[in-house]
Amino acid sequence: MKKLLAVLLSLAMIFALAACGNDTPASTKASEEATTKAPETTQAPASTEAPATTDAPAANLSTIKLGFIFLHDPASSTYDNNFYQAALEVQKELGLKDDQFIFKWNVPEGPECQDTAEEMADAGCNIVFADSFGHETYMIEAAKNYPNVQFCHATGTQSRTVGVANFHNAFASIYEGRYLAGIAAGMKLAELVKNGATPKIGYVGAFPYAEVVSGFTSFFLGVKSIVPEVTMDVVYTNSWFDIALEKEAALKLINDGCVLISQHADSEGAPKACEEKGIPNVAYNVSTINLGPTTAIISSKINWAPYYKLIIEAVAKGETFATDWCGNFSTGSVELTELNAAAAAPGTQEAIDKAMAELKAGTLHVFDTKNWTVKGETLKEYLADVQDMGDFQPETNVIIDGVFVESGDDFRSAPYFDIRIDGITEK
Amino acid sequence: MSEAKDNSTQKLHEPLLHIVKRAGISRPKAWLIRLLAILLALVLNALIIYWLTGLNPIAVYKTMIDGSFSTKRKFWVLLQNTAMLLCIALAVTPAFKMRFWNLGAEGQVLIGALSSGALMFYIGDKLPSGVLILLMLVCALISGIIWAGIPALFKARFGTNETLFTLMMNYVAIQLVNTMIAVWVPSGSGVLGIMNSKTNTGWLPTIFGQKYAINIIVVAVLTVFMFIYLKYSKHGYEIAVVGESENTARYIGINVRKVVIRTAALSGCIAGLAGFLLMAGSAHTVSSTIAGGNGFTAVLVSWLAKFNPFVMVLTSALIEFLQKGAGEIAQAFRLSNDIADIATGIILFFIIGSEFFINYRVIFRHKAHKEGK
Repeated sequence: MKKLLAVLLSLAMIFALAACGNDTPASTKASEEATTKAPETTQAPASTEAPATTDAPAANLSTIKLGFIFLHDPASSTYDNNFYQAALEVQKELGLKDDQFIFKWNVPEGPECQDTAEEMADAGCNIVFADSFGHETYMIEAAKNYPNVQFCHATGTQSRTVGVANFHNAFASIYEGRYLAGIAAGMKLAELVKNGATPKIGYVGAFPYAEVVSGFTSFFLGVKSIVPEVTMDVVYTNSWFDIALEKEAALKLINDGCVLISQHADSEGAPKACEEKGIPNVAYNVSTINLGPTTAIISSKINWAPYYKLIIEAVAKGETFATDWCGNFSTGSVELTELNAAAAAPGTQEAIDKAMAELKAGTLHVFDTKNWTVKGETLKEYLADVQDMGDFQPETNVIIDGVFVESGDDFRSAPYFDIRIDGITEK
Repeated sequence: MSEAKDNSTQKLHEPLLHIVKRAGISRPKAWLIRLLAILLALVLNALIIYWLTGLNPIAVYKTMIDGSFSTKRKFWVLLQNTAMLLCIALAVTPAFKMRFWNLGAEGQVLIGALSSGALMFYIGDKLPSGVLILLMLVCALISGIIWAGIPALFKARFGTNETLFTLMMNYVAIQLVNTMIAVWVPSGSGVLGIMNSKTNTGWLPTIFGQKYAINIIVVAVLTVFMFIYLKYSKHGYEIAVVGESENTARYIGINVRKVVIRTAALSGCIAGLAGFLLMAGSAHTVSSTIAGGNGFTAVLVSWLAKFNPFVMVLTSALIEFLQKGAGEIAQAFRLSNDIADIATGIILFFIIGSEFFINYRVIFRHKAHKEGK
């Protein structure tokens, strides 16, 4: 008994020390942010500043209160940080005060999510936003209990079918951003192949789920548009966020001969592994140039600020807004981060610009069936599970005029491309 | 220099401090030490918070209290979280009292939630809710018993180490949960989500307008039961004797094997109940993280309370209060959760540390020297 107590004590001490060691910079950073933020908002009170910038009935903005539910801490999760930074940007742009926001980190995908959402509603929030796929059903329950509060959920699939008017989904046509990031990867791969490398790339995926499959397929098609003979291995971590597993998966791919890595997983594990091994990396959500100064090429990301602004302005005016919203290039929701000249191949920016222009003009479609096959065949039609009735039954043909229409306005914002195409091998 | 001098006057080198086991300590004095420890922790925390963030520590502490008490809902959530943690702590307590180191409560909870969830998944729409709930309960209890019983059987028959065995059973349970979710959710998202949200079959009813009320009542009753069971029943006595000395137990005619298996099964059974309460009473889903590490925190709760179920109410409430407070601080001041975790870590550290000073006395060199003469 004494021994175990001693072990407990020493463990507690180790944890306490480890916690101090790791976390002090993050927390001080956060506090710096908080302190630097304060003066700005006192200088520019929302009610006087806003009318100058927007023509909407801006006085109403002072009635807005937003609650944000994050799965992880933005200090360590690139995924959550992307949502957080966009919120700070919108706060600044619309001149909202600090007390018009509630941020809650580390909210698990369980009853805590509903409790937190309802606590936010209690605290006077008229918009509650949750950022993780697994939060969805708990947000729906909260929405049923608070019909006058708008509950918005990123990446979810059920708003069109669940029949709860104040529950909303949102996503963006990120597959187009991934395609462009794939072009940057393709340019790099072409350069490597010219120097004798095999055109084989690797991808660290989270779950074998449509959002991930759509992401890696569009990335692959971007690469393929530059290097037609490319093949890709995919390794799943079966977790959205696991630094060690993601790093391990990236190292496995590198050992298997992949000469370029990309990932759909929320941590910094894979970019760090790539920097250690000197393997070029294309990332997601945030720029990883600081993690891989010589290997990080570019990242595609969803900018959530346009959506936040849309819902804030709608609620301020007392208007309704989309049950299911999909952002794209034109709304400013799909972006690429800064291209790292130290890692990218020459001519990359030009290639990206050209493809972006074609995508915007509608002359290029990422999932054009001409560009991919399944077991050597070109698909003529494909039923996808667009209407999420909880039955996982595909019901809607999404190949229209030779193009797989992903995240279409008539279908659903969350991706449903779950076809395994030729050239990609799941390990 | 002084050491050399000491050595010249004394033949034996005497260490700076002695640690001496206390023969006994009066209850008020023990509580005084605990109170002092908490006060010290609060002061140290205040200094650290001020040093790292420049925030007013009093305001920070006020926010911490707000985390659990500023609204009715927050208070109910505190009660619910406390009840869940307490339930698992009650599960590990008889085993720990018997020195059967059941570190597998996490897995036992998961398997209880998984098996009752399986019923909801497969026959949720075929039975009336009441019958389904009863079946779910039975299923959860049995699977909890099996999950704790396997390591207990192996210990009783082959003398295997139950610490490692129960720990390993956690990973088996986690993988089983992940596998079943992959089977149940063909889209591959790995997220099951709330089950039966339209029909609410298999959900415990809301009473007094509170969805968590039944969970809380069940655990309150269980607490009283466990107190009586451990203190006044024959089983409780046997557990205490086996825990103190197996040889004594054998000598007075206790069937040690039987007691070990029976107690471990009880332990698993209650953990299974916690799994059932999660499934039917709060989460209505299962995932590998749904127990939230409470299977391990429960060990701390039980130990801090010296296996007294009523004191465990306090320790589990304290831990939940600290966690909710930590979240509230992070939210109110836009800090990373880490700073709040440091603060709660320090408080727990001091509370555990105070037990050391309750059990031991520290005597400094001069004093010992004088006392020695």
